[in-house]
Amino acid sequence: MTQVEDAGVDARPERRRPRWTPTGRRRAAVAALLAAALYAPFQLVPFHVFQLTMVLVYAVALLGLNLLVGHAGQISLGHGAFFAVGAYTAAVLTHGPGLPYPLTLPAAAVVAFLLGLAFGVPAVRLRGLYLALVTLAMAIFLVPLLKRFEGVTGGSMGLTLPKPGPPAWSGLAEDQWLYFLALAVAVASFALVGSLLRSRVGRALHALRDDEGAAEVMGVRLPAYKTLAFAWSAMFAGVAGCVYTWVIGFVSPDSFTVNLSITLLAGLVVGGLGSTAGPVLGALFVMFVPSIAQDLNEAAPGVILGLLIIAVMYVAPTGLAGLAGRLIRKIPRKE
Amino acid sequence: MRVSAIGCAALLLVAVGACGGRESGGEAGTAASGQCQGQQTTGITDKSIKLGGIYPLSGPASAYGDIPKGIKAYFDYVNAEKGGIGGRTVEFIVRDDGYQPPKAVEEARRLVEQDQVFALFQTLGTPSTTATWDYTNQRKVPQVFVATGASKWGTDGAHPWTIGWQPNYVSEARVYAQYLKAEKPSAKIAVLYQNDDFGKDLLGGFKKAIEGTQLTIVAEQSYEVTDPSIDPQMRNLAGSKAEVFLDITTPKFGSQALAADVRNTGWNPLHIINNVAASITVLKPVGFDNVQGVVSSSYYKDPNDPTWATDAEMTLYKQKVKQYAPGADPNIPYLTFGWAVANSFHKAMDAAKCPTREGLRDSVRDLRNVPIDMLLPGVTLSTGQGDAFPIESMQLMTFKGQRWELFGQVIDTRKEFGPLTG
Repeated sequence: MTQVEDAGVDARPERRRPRWTPTGRRRAAVAALLAAALYAPFQLVPFHVFQLTMVLVYAVALLGLNLLVGHAGQISLGHGAFFAVGAYTAAVLTHGPGLPYPLTLPAAAVVAFLLGLAFGVPAVRLRGLYLALVTLAMAIFLVPLLKRFEGVTGGSMGLTLPKPGPPAWSGLAEDQWLYFLALAVAVASFALVGSLLRSRVGRALHALRDDEGAAEVMGVRLPAYKTLAFAWSAMFAGVAGCVYTWVIGFVSPDSFTVNLSITLLAGLVVGGLGSTAGPVLGALFVMFVPSIAQDLNEAAPGVILGLLIIAVMYVAPTGLAGLAGRLIRKIPRKE
Repeated sequence: MRVSAIGCAALLLVAVGACGGRESGGEAGTAASGQCQGQQTTGITDKSIKLGGIYPLSGPASAYGDIPKGIKAYFDYVNAEKGGIGGRTVEFIVRDDGYQPPKAVEEARRLVEQDQVFALFQTLGTPSTTATWDYTNQRKVPQVFVATGASKWGTDGAHPWTIGWQPNYVSEARVYAQYLKAEKPSAKIAVLYQNDDFGKDLLGGFKKAIEGTQLTIVAEQSYEVTDPSIDPQMRNLAGSKAEVFLDITTPKFGSQALAADVRNTGWNPLHIINNVAASITVLKPVGFDNVQGVVSSSYYKDPNDPTWATDAEMTLYKQKVKQYAPGADPNIPYLTFGWAVANSFHKAMDAAKCPTREGLRDSVRDLRNVPIDMLLPGVTLSTGQGDAFPIESMQLMTFKGQRWELFGQVIDTRKEFGPLTG
């Protein structure tokens, strides 16, 4: 691929060259995406703005999961639990002490981070299926746990909360304001993960994923990095959960069943494990495909959704991100 | 390769953005003129009316997916044979939330903003309805006859656009209390309840209803929906030697409680099982011989009950369901429920002074003894100032032979206990 591109670039006049290096093109694409994201809420009806807000929420959660599964090669079947912890942290702090909503974000991040750190400990000792089982257990016991402490969590009735209103100076509608909050959080999260992966940590995680033995020989401290990967990953899920609470304004244990964890993992795999665009594509998939499946067949949306996932995995074993890359490469270049 | 993927996502966003301007939907609604001036007429014309319902068609609660089938059959029948509701053809859009509150919010917004429905005609389940009712009330969209028995739909004053339909759990509890007061005025009672809003609502209502009587609760056990078995709870309750066992459970646990009661030959209380778990499918696995004399209550006609075999409403219902919902089994009570609630909407819409959202909101809160197809004789819809519970009457039934047999009079809990307030 590099050779083809190089040939193409060489054919251009010398001064235009920097614009078309892979980094330049990447920056241009990210800028275009951001511009579109900033423009969209002024163009779309509130319902679509709401849908895009939820896409951003899922994207942040998948970003965290991607860090753990895609980059560090660990597995988690219980990420919905971290998401729920973030959501409940925000909800309980708003409902009880009446914390202003911007402060619930760092709180949710810290709580989820610490919980992730705690769960990173078994991750050091367990691998593969055994680790998967531990994380699955976490997702399973969380729902009954949330129902127990009724005074704090509202029990199975859940908690209804006010949504963050737009400040008067902004002139925005509520849905637009929530969208921009989610967008800000998503952009910050993506930037953070980007820089994290480019640093020593990123290289250590990749080494860990590719071959634990070799990584250790090279001096990567496995326990530390495995635990940290879990903690970081949980933190992003918690942050996503907090934004979710802002957007939906209601939390209940039934919103965070095991199903959510499975959906997140499926979304990430479909989107593309270990790729930057994977979480975004996965979030789009999680948000839109179930509705499309329902439009196709009202009676059995689950069956259609399942078939769609299988189809995607057949056509694009590396996920939608990989598929998009392959398709672009197939387009013959003109030069 | 990653670059291209991001580019594709950008393109997709822009494409979505190009689909429609912000002004074209969203806030845009239509208003009536004349005597109903200024009221909202979104989703309703002289020829049509558009309704949206949200049900769990998938997931663990998908058995309720039969309710919209009954509703659709009713509306199709009315459209084809009666010229619709007041000359308006009904379009009923059903969306699936899988019993997930965030999905319900999304679907509610889709129905209101994109499909521009006149009203949400039923959301199912307490969590999904709680997640959506702030939104519908903010948007001033009627959310009528929600399919959940929580009492807050009627006691809450801040959500005038939302109203329930079926008897709430507190009313049901009052019916059992009334029965016990008359039949076993000094009974000791053991209670098993599901530890959630449903179980607590019913138990709380029961405790309030027996205040100041000789009836006492001597044992109380709860279980979680996630529990595999309720046998330990049943053993504890048996130890109390209570004369009455109030069984507040959902179907799976209802079967278990009945079976445990049968196995324990040393304890033979009067077994009262709540309406939610009183279906034949719950009793069958326990064996009909073993559940003779169990007591429950109901408010609509059971399609399996031979009492109604020649009933005109029942005959029409079975015939039309076969005709308009081929493949659906009219003997499933959820379809009957759907038929009755759709008929209620029909009557409420007919009674509305204005064919507007405000008209419907006011009409469902001003129903005066409106008879409804498929409800038990004597059970009618009644609401008014300070009473936002359409159905508050039920009749007791006892299991005899292979079916439930109604007995006694319809108990109107409004008359016996006064209005229900928060």
